[in-house]
Amino acid sequence: MSAKPVNHRAWWLVLPVVILVAFNAVIPLMTVVNYSVQETFGNNKFFFEGLTWFNQVVHSSRFHDSLLRQLMFTAIILAIEVPLGVAIALAMPRKGVWLSVCLVLMSMPLLIPWNVVGAMWNIFALPDIGLLGWSLNRLGIDYNYTQEPFAAWATLIAMDVWHWTSLVALLAYAGISAIPDAYYQAAKIDGASAWSVFRYVQLPKMKHVLTIAVLLRFMDSFNIYTEPVVLTGGGPGNATTLLSIDLVKIALGQFDLGPAAAMSLIYFLIILLLSWVFYRVMTRGEEE
Amino acid sequence: MARIQLEQLRHSYLARPAADADWALKKVNMQWDDGGAYALLGPSGCGKTTLLSIVSGLIRPSAGRVLFGDVDITDRPPDQRNIAQVFQFPVVYDTMSVFDNLAFPLRNRGVAETQVEPRVREIAALLDLEPMLAQRAAGLTADGKQKISLGRGLVRADVNVIMLDEPLTVIDPHLKWRLRSKLKELHQRIGMTMVYVTHDQNEAMTFADQVVVMHEGMVVQTGTPVELFERPRHTFVGHFIGSPGMNVLPCDVEGGVARFAGNPVPTANAADGAKRGARTELGVRPEFVRFADSGIPVRVTQVSDAGRNRIVETRHGDTVIRALLDEHAPVPADIAHVGFDPQFTRLYVDGWLAGEGDAA
Repeated sequence: MSAKPVNHRAWWLVLPVVILVAFNAVIPLMTVVNYSVQETFGNNKFFFEGLTWFNQVVHSSRFHDSLLRQLMFTAIILAIEVPLGVAIALAMPRKGVWLSVCLVLMSMPLLIPWNVVGAMWNIFALPDIGLLGWSLNRLGIDYNYTQEPFAAWATLIAMDVWHWTSLVALLAYAGISAIPDAYYQAAKIDGASAWSVFRYVQLPKMKHVLTIAVLLRFMDSFNIYTEPVVLTGGGPGNATTLLSIDLVKIALGQFDLGPAAAMSLIYFLIILLLSWVFYRVMTRGEEE
Repeated sequence: MARIQLEQLRHSYLARPAADADWALKKVNMQWDDGGAYALLGPSGCGKTTLLSIVSGLIRPSAGRVLFGDVDITDRPPDQRNIAQVFQFPVVYDTMSVFDNLAFPLRNRGVAETQVEPRVREIAALLDLEPMLAQRAAGLTADGKQKISLGRGLVRADVNVIMLDEPLTVIDPHLKWRLRSKLKELHQRIGMTMVYVTHDQNEAMTFADQVVVMHEGMVVQTGTPVELFERPRHTFVGHFIGSPGMNVLPCDVEGGVARFAGNPVPTANAADGAKRGARTELGVRPEFVRFADSGIPVRVTQVSDAGRNRIVETRHGDTVIRALLDEHAPVPADIAHVGFDPQFTRLYVDGWLAGEGDAA
């Protein structure tokens, strides 16, 4: 071993970041961990409960239902937004005025505050006075998202697709426009069909941005709260009560801090685990 | 396979070209014989890539025709031209194996799988890619990828011409010469027409039988490496090819004799016929400049070593005259006289070799 000079004073340089992360992530998370193993009846008195709350959450059918709804919601919006975003990116003009028009139009939904998106769709879809709801009913389709679970789900999904498909499209577009012309020229010379060009040139080159797009959309949709709360408030009944809405009901509605904390941690671990699975699946075979 | 003819090709990237400089390609006529090895040589922006893209069909020329054999293919798309192209940056289909990459052009053309397999193996053997056939193409080094690009052209039996657009740009220096000699060897073995685009004279000279020198959208000379060296048709060729390039000295022509700074200089080509007001210059390569007891008086300003030779830079007034001498040849100190070998000293009028003109 060579005698390398070691100087631990460099750790001080990391201190600001450690403090920042501690206050915005570690300490709040530890507070939640603390709540998750205790019971309180007020007066700031706490009793240690061990894993009781975790047990309760894992075996609660209410949690199972919310989780199932959440998984279904995320699966549906991923299945729609990713292919649709890629299709839009492929159809976008490559240069000129129309490209700018497309980019501006597509960025707009992304710039609107989430609660405003919810409010917009809430009014837009109202069966009596909203443009969408009124039109559908005039067309003879019986539509009332405040009363029918299916209509509520359809509206929720339409809203999310409207809000977030542009993100996937913009990322995919960035991936496509980074492909050098030579690839298209070589494919042309090799006699490749349009499908082959997509399958063997565009899709592989989009892989990295699509991984990011899928991860972002997965995490954001799994965390979604503001928009459905403003749109449906979780109803009708519990039809659109996704995990985050349920969590807030337990934590702030019923003020069951212990079970809510345990649920938060499980929720967090599910997102972490699924993100990891997505990442591994989409980047497999790259280490070769 | 067929002879390739380019007739009166012109191209501009602008919608309405007006000035001379608007044309990327100004009237190009050329013929590439079947099985030949050609190089398109010229600096960046001389139009060589434009010319290549016109032949491959990626660009439609503003005017003129491209003929493969007797067939006019000017309007045909690239996949109907039976050409292959290797690009500056290696193009491989990342997700496919090396085998699938090589098989891709055949499968796209509906060739039966029973014929694909032996053909791919044959080409892989030619390119030394056999051990890597099962690997993913993305994992190969730049020279391996460039071989795949070349291989995708070679697998097709119907290819008229393989075009290489500065294919060694991204290859490591120590692998360049290997790939270069591989290309040369391949050409000799399979006898396909190959057109090699480069700005590197060494690459052009070692690869090609015929070198086409381009300058500002024009073909200034087509010839063997020796012709380009010994008899440049344009001062640009003289300057661009050779190291150091040809000396180009301003001169006057009086009574059929060229004079440089008052000294008569005998030339290999006729000195008459130069129009009045035309720019007249003498071209002589440093290899043909000798020190003498009498002749053009010069001052030696710099001597540099170039391996087995010495480059001696001299000045007559402000005009630099370079001489290339053997490394043991004596170099006069300071003041001396130089003379030119009359057989290799030529007169140029407005840049073109006198008596030949701008006939390209």
